[in-house]
Amino acid sequence: MSICRSLTLLLIALVCLLSLPATAQEDDPGKALLINLADAPASKVEEAVNAIVSSGDERARGWLEAYGNNRLSRVKDTGQVVLVLNNRGRDWEIADPLTGENMGEMSRRELDRVAINNRIRGQLEGILAMLDLNAKDPDVREASAQDMMGKVDASLVAPLEARLEQEENAAVRNRIEEALAIYRVGEGNLEAVDVLAGSLHPRARAALNEAARSDNQELAASATKALESIEQKLKLNRAAETLYFGLSLGSVLVLAAIGLAITFGVMGVINMAHGELIMLGAYTTWGMQQLFPGQPGLALILSIPAGFMVAATAGIIIERSVIQYLKGRPLETLLATFGISLILQQLVRTVISPQNRTVVTPDWMSGSLVINDALSLTLNRLYVLAFALIVFAGLMLIMRKTRLGLEVRAVTQNRAMARSMGIRATRVDIMTFALGSGVAGLAGVALSQLTNVGPNLGQNYIIDSFMVVVFGGVGNLWGTLIAGLSLGTINQLLEPWAGAVLAKIIVLVFIILFIQKRPKGLFPQKGRAAEG
Amino acid sequence: MWLTRPLQERSTQVFLGVLFAALVVVTFLHLFMPQDSALHVSAFTVTLLGKYLCYALLAVAVDLVWGYLGILSLGHGAFFALGGYAMGMYLMRQIGDRGVYGDPVLPDFMVFLNWLELPWFWHGFEMAWFAFIMVLLAPGLLALVFGFLAFRSRVTGVYLSIITQALTFALMLAFFRNEMGFGGNNGLTDFKDILGFNLRTDATRLGLFIATGIALAIGYVICRGIVTSKLGRVSVACRDAEARTRFLGYRVERVQLFVFVVSAMLAGVAGALYVPQVGIINPSEFSPLFSIEIVVWVALGGRATLYGAVIGAILVNYAKTVFTGIMPDAWLFALGGLFVLVTVFLPKGIAGLLQKRRKAKTDNDTPTGQEATA
Repeated sequence: MSICRSLTLLLIALVCLLSLPATAQEDDPGKALLINLADAPASKVEEAVNAIVSSGDERARGWLEAYGNNRLSRVKDTGQVVLVLNNRGRDWEIADPLTGENMGEMSRRELDRVAINNRIRGQLEGILAMLDLNAKDPDVREASAQDMMGKVDASLVAPLEARLEQEENAAVRNRIEEALAIYRVGEGNLEAVDVLAGSLHPRARAALNEAARSDNQELAASATKALESIEQKLKLNRAAETLYFGLSLGSVLVLAAIGLAITFGVMGVINMAHGELIMLGAYTTWGMQQLFPGQPGLALILSIPAGFMVAATAGIIIERSVIQYLKGRPLETLLATFGISLILQQLVRTVISPQNRTVVTPDWMSGSLVINDALSLTLNRLYVLAFALIVFAGLMLIMRKTRLGLEVRAVTQNRAMARSMGIRATRVDIMTFALGSGVAGLAGVALSQLTNVGPNLGQNYIIDSFMVVVFGGVGNLWGTLIAGLSLGTINQLLEPWAGAVLAKIIVLVFIILFIQKRPKGLFPQKGRAAEG
Repeated sequence: MWLTRPLQERSTQVFLGVLFAALVVVTFLHLFMPQDSALHVSAFTVTLLGKYLCYALLAVAVDLVWGYLGILSLGHGAFFALGGYAMGMYLMRQIGDRGVYGDPVLPDFMVFLNWLELPWFWHGFEMAWFAFIMVLLAPGLLALVFGFLAFRSRVTGVYLSIITQALTFALMLAFFRNEMGFGGNNGLTDFKDILGFNLRTDATRLGLFIATGIALAIGYVICRGIVTSKLGRVSVACRDAEARTRFLGYRVERVQLFVFVVSAMLAGVAGALYVPQVGIINPSEFSPLFSIEIVVWVALGGRATLYGAVIGAILVNYAKTVFTGIMPDAWLFALGGLFVLVTVFLPKGIAGLLQKRRKAKTDNDTPTGQEATA
């Protein structure tokens, strides 16, 4: 009867498995530790807490946190220690601290709070940080060491030093050393000043500032010196940050303007609806995210081709319906496309909403790249910067290496000649306009990650885009790139002392004056095409 | 004399005749028709019409540079607004101690910003004659400096359009700042009286309406005088073939500068008359959208005709009043559609249609005429 036997065995095994937690709970050392804490008289509390810490139990953090928050209670009848999950109202929701199992609600009268005094509470933060310092994940360790900076007191020095002995991760070691040094500078230790001189953390600076004001002359002098060296480094970092923001703003300008550089610069068509094509790209991103709820990353990636297609299609419609009839009348083209831009704006307002829409930033794009304590680069801007460069490179390739690019350049230089060589100029016009519009759509996809997506999105960029194209030199993609990046950087450089609005005004006036001096922009087109 | 020449022209006589007739009729209907009569023109309507006439003058100014000089200015709103601000500053100083804070010298917004004394550029605006000169001078000076730089370096065509747009955009941003001393976001408002007349009374409103009509008439005659003079012919030559005109020995940039400055001053006057009628001036008048809208009035009415600009401005603004009243959402569709339709299908505007009809009529009258010229 082997089947019967094996079934019995299975049953026994199951029973054993089921009863296992129960037996584990009986023998759980945690239970004893908690009861010890709950029973301890005021003088022994510290000992009990230390016992929990040194037990190395993984649940210790949760217990102590609850303890610090007055959420550790004892059931009066059974003497069991429980976690209070919700202490609002008459009945409190409680859980087993050992298994984390929810035990339902219990009247607060039946519970007895485990007492804590303020001295212990004050130490608890450091103790919790110490617990994190023992965590397996080096990131958690580093974060907790950073947390500890400026909070180290005499009681923590010995455990920290012990931790430092064991620590292998250089970054965490560094942090612990800095945390200790802050304490030691406070005690008047001169060597610690040297340790802090290499740190950019604000708490380190605060400690040094304190030291620089101290009565100890030697300490004050060396602290002042250290502060000076820190200030130097900070200045460099701030400059790097401004540059980064400048390049980021510049990349946005380049993205917004590069499509215009093709339609305006290469084709000579002034498309005032360019901003609205950008807006369409941004709204496409929003639409894709509505189609794929919960997957903003996928939606964003799919938006890149989708945004291009939507804007390019809109561009083709605009070209076929209006612009082709206005060939050679640039001022009229300007007015007609401005009309189109008004219609598109109002269309979005009526069909979608006059309010701004929120476009979700996927996880891998949010957050920032931390270089050091004083410098961190926001990831979304970094991605947009890279995206702008990729788009630029792609356009360069198309214009330089493909048949379409060749034909576009031929039609631009001499339309009649190009046509007699067998190039279908009308088709080239459509393709060029579609390309320029599609790139505007791409800009919209990128912008949706940085600014609000609303009906006015395009309007905000149209003047800037024209400025960039004109400043860079019409018909010159490199000019657009350099103009965009430099205008963005100039704007950011001016901002700290002029304010955002004034900086913008100064840049506008600068461009107006610059165009008087060099009407063809930074990089004027040379050769026959320039005479057109 | 170049100014009296237009008065002998048939078209100018017709225009002035229609304008004066309209002024007289509106005045009569406002003053002598009983309140409940269907023909009565309310003070509100009078002010509305006055506003249209201000826009008409502004459109004439734009037509002068666009139609006869070939410069598409997308920044004429800036000159209009500057004239308006000059007038607004005068009106602010007239409030005196009747403001909310009761400060005898400082306008309310300065008290609100805790300013202790009047900024230097506000001095003199308590005197009407000074303010009225500034109405001409402020836009004129800006146009002079801007035009001098631009025309000297031969910035023309699309480039000029774009930098005029940038100019008005920059000014808008600047006037939005409280530190500029022009009331920031809210602009200047809460005016009490002008030249001693209470702005709230119907008589003052009627007076302003008539003044605007007269200003439009004078502005029209000045523009007509310029375009029929020798200078005007050179300016049309600049429009059609700038390089050729230059090679013929004309100083193109001087002609351009002169016409541009005159146009800016006219726009300033329009702004100055606009402000007391609508009762507020704020930075939104600097917005590029407004400036480009003016161009569409001119395009609809018919470029290079002057009277077309007046028709276009009044028609479009009447449509705007109607549309924004009954269905506000549709207005931008209508305006946008107007931009497209006019440029694609009606390149000469309404005036072009009128001329075509007249021409067809004369051709019918003298059927042999065409063969003779052909």
